[in-house]
Amino acid sequence: MRDKSLFKFLTIGLLALWLGIFVLIPNLMIVVTSFLQRSEEHFVDVLFTVENYRKLFDPVYFGVFAHSTLLALVATLLCLLIGYPFAYRLARLTTRWRPVLLVLVIIPFWTNSLIRTYAIKTILATKGLLNTVLLALGLIDAPLRLLYTSSAVTVGMVYVLLPFMILPLYAVIEKLDSSQIEAASDLGASRLQAFIRVVIPLTLPGIIAGSLLVFLPALGMFYIADLLGGAKDLLIGNFIKNQFLDARDWPFGSAASVTMTLAMAVILLAYYRSIRRLNSGGI
Amino acid sequence: MARWIRNGYFLLVYLFLYLPILVLIATSFNASKYGTSWQGFSLKWYASLFDNSLLVDAAIRSLIIATLSATLATALGTLSAVCLYRYRFAGRQVLNALLFVMMMSPDIVMAISLLMLFIVLHVQLGFWSLLLAHITFSLPFVIITVYSRLSGFDTRIIEAARDLGAGELRTFLRILLPLALPAVAAGWLLSFTLSVDDVIVSFFVTGPSFEILPLKIYSMVRLGVKPEVNALATILFLVPLLFVTLSQILLRRKK
Repeated sequence: MRDKSLFKFLTIGLLALWLGIFVLIPNLMIVVTSFLQRSEEHFVDVLFTVENYRKLFDPVYFGVFAHSTLLALVATLLCLLIGYPFAYRLARLTTRWRPVLLVLVIIPFWTNSLIRTYAIKTILATKGLLNTVLLALGLIDAPLRLLYTSSAVTVGMVYVLLPFMILPLYAVIEKLDSSQIEAASDLGASRLQAFIRVVIPLTLPGIIAGSLLVFLPALGMFYIADLLGGAKDLLIGNFIKNQFLDARDWPFGSAASVTMTLAMAVILLAYYRSIRRLNSGGI
Repeated sequence: MARWIRNGYFLLVYLFLYLPILVLIATSFNASKYGTSWQGFSLKWYASLFDNSLLVDAAIRSLIIATLSATLATALGTLSAVCLYRYRFAGRQVLNALLFVMMMSPDIVMAISLLMLFIVLHVQLGFWSLLLAHITFSLPFVIITVYSRLSGFDTRIIEAARDLGAGELRTFLRILLPLALPAVAAGWLLSFTLSVDDVIVSFFVTGPSFEILPLKIYSMVRLGVKPEVNALATILFLVPLLFVTLSQILLRRKK
């Protein structure tokens, strides 16, 4: 019995120690820092204040958050619009090529997302492929300014995050029981009705999961905004990065981080609630 | 007709996913520096890539960090998953909650929280801080992968092992580890991928003394087009593809 208690003690101890040092303490530090004052010499002064949270609602900063949220929402919607028909058709393919086609969606994952962002940049550049093709086709007379716009940032997000939308959608659609769709059409539903009333509710968990996997990272990927959006298109990620590395205002950056994490927690909680409700039968 | 539309749509999506990468690959063989016009096939960017020891060194560092962090995270994560699966103890819920917080918190928040920790503890930003950070963000993924595999097993095999006189360590090494091996391997691969793909956390927790590839590329491409980066991106894209294709062929042969 000695041996049991030792092994148990060691494994629990190791995990607890690791999570304590690298998760609990750092997160507590952020929460505490967000209520302190900024200091020029030592990152923070130990004086309690809620000023950092009040400052988040300044129109200047609030505008950044709203803009970043909007960009992430647009990117999520685009991923859903592109990804849903794709995943639906892919999951219902009957050929032996289906696994290969699925792997082809995953392969871009293995290239670092920064390199993929850089690849998008070369396509959208003034003398890049897109402008060259459009000019050659005579669709435009002068090269379009595609880079360093909000649209470029959105395209970059969609490009990097699209597989995160397709994979969870594919997983739920593959399990879809086609007899339920047949039942709907036997009962007189048109194809569109069957899709809206049967297919969408049944695949809702995948839609929500995919949307979260796109929306949440899209708020923080500062390098996409840096490479494709230039200086003006700030994401929440850029904002936090600037507070920590350039402005050296740790308390303000911490307040933004705490708010962002809390917002995500609320969204995720709503997600788990809705999943539980879906699983318990009611739609 | 519907079939044409479907295939055309597939083609468009794959084109969107692959065109940027393919253009990058094509540009890497273009003699022209700016890649706007084709000026003949050339390997000179590959030559100058391998002359650029900074880039090659950064690539090697990335591989070292990914291998080490994946291995250590898998070891720690497997032990943790077994312990969460086997034992009921006070504080188990707390550990679960912390793992949930980790999965949930945005990359950037984890990055700055670790940065603050390292600065307060006076850990110099470099190899060790980077390794610890990568182990930390891979850990929950290993734990979940291994745990979900373990929870599919019949718990009676553990009782049987104990009845036959096996101790805890021996049960772990002889029974649980071999059974969970596919999930352990999957966890390692997942950690490796996460480590290689990470930009955000690495950006904050390493310093100039230990610059890894994504950060090196980041500082290079911000300043403009660098043809060597195209050559490097081509290699980074093709090597894993080659490995997977080879392993698939070998697996098919075995069958």
